[in-house]
Amino acid sequence: MSDTLDQLFVNLKAWLVGFAPLEWQSLISAIISVAALLAVFPGLFAVTTILERKGLGRIQNRYGPNRVGPFGILQPVADGLKAMTKEDIVPRAADHVVHFIAPLVLVIPAFLALAVLPIGRGMAAIDIDAGILFFFAVGAATELAVFMAGWSSRNKYSLLGAMRAIAQMISYEVPLILSSVTVIMFVGSLSPVRIVYAQTGYSGILPHWFLLTPWGLAGFILFMISATAESNRSPFDLPEGESEIIAGYYIEYSGFKFALFFLGEYIGMFAICGLGITLFLGGWTAPLSFLTGIPSYLWFFLKLFSLVALLIWVRGTLPRLRMDQLMNFAWKFMLPMALINIGVAATWHFMEPGLIRWLICSLLVVGPYFGLGRGLAQGKHLAKRTYQYAE
Amino acid sequence: MSASFIILAAITIASAVAAMTLRHLVHCALALAITFAGLAALYLQLDAQFVGFAQVLVYVGAVAILIVFAILLTRGSEAPQQSIFSSSWAVGGIIAAAVFAVLAVMIRKSRLSELVAPAGTTTTVREIGDRLMTTYILPLEVVGLLLTAALIGAVIIAMKEEPK
Repeated sequence: MSDTLDQLFVNLKAWLVGFAPLEWQSLISAIISVAALLAVFPGLFAVTTILERKGLGRIQNRYGPNRVGPFGILQPVADGLKAMTKEDIVPRAADHVVHFIAPLVLVIPAFLALAVLPIGRGMAAIDIDAGILFFFAVGAATELAVFMAGWSSRNKYSLLGAMRAIAQMISYEVPLILSSVTVIMFVGSLSPVRIVYAQTGYSGILPHWFLLTPWGLAGFILFMISATAESNRSPFDLPEGESEIIAGYYIEYSGFKFALFFLGEYIGMFAICGLGITLFLGGWTAPLSFLTGIPSYLWFFLKLFSLVALLIWVRGTLPRLRMDQLMNFAWKFMLPMALINIGVAATWHFMEPGLIRWLICSLLVVGPYFGLGRGLAQGKHLAKRTYQYAE
Repeated sequence: MSASFIILAAITIASAVAAMTLRHLVHCALALAITFAGLAALYLQLDAQFVGFAQVLVYVGAVAILIVFAILLTRGSEAPQQSIFSSSWAVGGIIAAAVFAVLAVMIRKSRLSELVAPAGTTTTVREIGDRLMTTYILPLEVVGLLLTAALIGAVIIAMKEEPK
């Protein structure tokens, strides 16, 4: 019973494809996979926007949207209608062609990245040998899109925002990739499907997730911090910085193009959270051995929503960083930690399983963490700030 | 020649021509990014996944951004007023034709066209990694050393000089 539920969508697709003539089958199969991705993730985007606004409202001690529909849950529909009916204003000085293409260049790679993620057992849209590399390669196009948007608007604020965004994305891409390298090294494959299979199985009731190893935990934390920075979310939202540069690179966009920017940002966030789940949280595997009866895709989306909830929580809690803090953090803390973590993963691989391996690898992670932290905090006044006129 | 090859080649060549002839330097850089992506697609068509994706990651993700940054930081974002053709275009054309002729003759003469790829094998990323770590370890280390030296040099040039 649980197996039929688990393979429900795989069998459904196979059944649908079976109707087509043989030479069309691979094409039809691809189209069905793409259609499913295009239907599910924008739906998730709508749900996430309302959850985010409600959650932020709760954190900031206010109601959040509560006018459209019961408890305001129809707010995304209203927002969508508004975006579609709004006038599309393009500045007269803007570079019209580049200004038009930029949102498309942002959205398309975000959707492409979703294609390699195994959403359930046997449910990756494309299963290629170099899947992780594909993910990072399409992600690289985002930077170009951000630049195109910022430059073509002919607005100083948008150019500033684009420059900030590119500097930030390039800096945090390094720890992002280096923290994923540990998993790739350990599994010996760049294929997301094979990485998830390497994490199946249980010892006792605990799963074999990479999160539950010293290097995996450190790698996951580094990965999530870099992922937050890559998707330009608070506390790394300097490129948008409403109070400093108004909205950054999409200041001159209105109507549906503005909505496309939002869509691209959220789809990018889902994709990178999905990659984090695939690498460290065991993909579609169940968290405890007696929960395997629940279909695999439900676990994936449950994990996805947990990570998104974490990001919303962080957004509501932490203040925005300054530019120099951002860069110092990336190059002086994240990069050395990610490099050390690769060494720890290698040590873990070559040692005998047992308690000693745990102890030594944990020490190798925790030691440099405190060392780096102390080193960076030297000569800085980290006491409580006193304000002259605001008492 | 398959249809996909013809389409990809047409896009690559058209964007390369655009990168040469467009008036605005930023437009040229963006057209060049399309050329890089087209080359990556051609690699993918040859079943070279690793090279194709690495091409996108390095050239579209890093080199194109670097070019754009360099243009913006040195020239401002206004289109140039004078003609985009150099005054010594005839000499340049002759040199370009000569270089092309030399390369074409050498490629025609080389044994490359006689080499036939062994049928039925696709090179995986794993094989590339194995080869890099065993047979080609020395070139890899040399390249690594060179890049590290370049990186440290760049940091030293950019570093603020301490007042003595």
